[in-house]
Amino acid sequence: MNALQAVPLTDSVYWVGAIDWTIRDFHGYLTSRGTTYNAYLIMADKITLVDTVKQPFFSEMMGRIASVVDPSKIDVVVSNHAEMDHSGALPQTLAAVQPEKLYASKMGARGLARHFALPMEITPVADGETLSLGNLSLQFMETKLLHWPDSMFSYLPERELLFSQDAFGMHLASSQRFDDEVDDWVLDHEATKYYANILTPFSPLVTKLLAKVQETNLPLKMIAPDHGPIWRKDWQRIVARYAHWAQMVPTRKAVIVYDTMWGSTCMMAKAYAEGLMAGGACVHQLPLGASHRSDVGTQVLESGALLIGSPTINGNLFPTVADTLAYLRGLNRLNLIGTAFGSYGWSGEATRQVAQGMEEMHVEMVAEPFRVQWVPTAEDLQRCFDTGRQIAEEMTKRADECGCEVH
Amino acid sequence: MQKYECDLCGYVYDPAEGDPDNGVPAGTAWEDVPEDWVCPLCGASKDQFSAVD
Repeated sequence: MNALQAVPLTDSVYWVGAIDWTIRDFHGYLTSRGTTYNAYLIMADKITLVDTVKQPFFSEMMGRIASVVDPSKIDVVVSNHAEMDHSGALPQTLAAVQPEKLYASKMGARGLARHFALPMEITPVADGETLSLGNLSLQFMETKLLHWPDSMFSYLPERELLFSQDAFGMHLASSQRFDDEVDDWVLDHEATKYYANILTPFSPLVTKLLAKVQETNLPLKMIAPDHGPIWRKDWQRIVARYAHWAQMVPTRKAVIVYDTMWGSTCMMAKAYAEGLMAGGACVHQLPLGASHRSDVGTQVLESGALLIGSPTINGNLFPTVADTLAYLRGLNRLNLIGTAFGSYGWSGEATRQVAQGMEEMHVEMVAEPFRVQWVPTAEDLQRCFDTGRQIAEEMTKRADECGCEVH
Repeated sequence: MQKYECDLCGYVYDPAEGDPDNGVPAGTAWEDVPEDWVCPLCGASKDQFSAVD
């Protein structure tokens, strides 16, 4: 028997994706709860498959399709996003299904051709183009750089359903397919982590896209992303979160990221934290021996200040700190204030290197970087405490000036 | 006026629209776009653009 089942979204649209309970390292993003690769089957006159799955899950997708229809009956395949977790199974799918047409955005057509030797031509679609599927239709909307050049949305007006590829998604393996079936706190955490690590660099484009979507005033019942649950109860909630995150507002949360060799940089971190708390800030400490870079990215998304500490090892900053700096520089979370600190033995280069890295990240350095030889004295810790309090006061000022929702 | 497309991400520079968010007023021909202007989507430099229809 075919034990795999499709899950209906409407009378004519089915989820036919795959659930990956195993994955933990998603190109450097810690996917603690696994993920799903969502593909969708539209049972229109022209039977259509929207996106596929990661290559090893080809059979799982085909099994779910087969629970609805013989896969060889599929007429049209649409690729909303060329990344391999959605296109990896495309070559096998095309070979098995032999559809009449394969559609992608113009950049998608170029990108897919650079990934695979596909057995058929890709027909590029333009922004705003409508494709008739007989009784139903798909409207395409380019979403370039959200989060790849090829990315596009496909909208099914007759069912008021938006296929949003990676946007509004999250990495969450679950047996439940819909937002109202999953605990809110799990959705909040995983959606935040996803935005923080995938979409933060493109925040200005998110703001523009949301304005464009609002302008077009699409009637919308459901948003079906390529990862995680389908938003059918409360898609407004995730859209509102995106609008908020994209503004990168200064909040009252400070993030202290550090590593330590013999505990001195850790002592400094804790003194900064006490000062920040005394000044009214909420503080999240991320010792890098126990924190993944993608969890750092998540905390930084909703913060107002970033303090980074590193000991000096062999004339350099600590490797975990270098990793985090490189990662955060890519995420480009703006509107942060902060400082750098660290302990050293004899040469002491790391604090300057961290400060330089933070300046490259556009962090406004509101306090002198502070380095301490060997072990901090009571006076050194007092200075860390005072600086922490001063940063907290500056954070409050900026949060008040912004007048935005803060935490 | 001739449009130019970013080879990396597909952004199209349309002189009729310019890129006012980044200091290039509508009506600016490609030749008059400052040399240090970069693609507003992906950050590519001017030499990574090609003429398109």
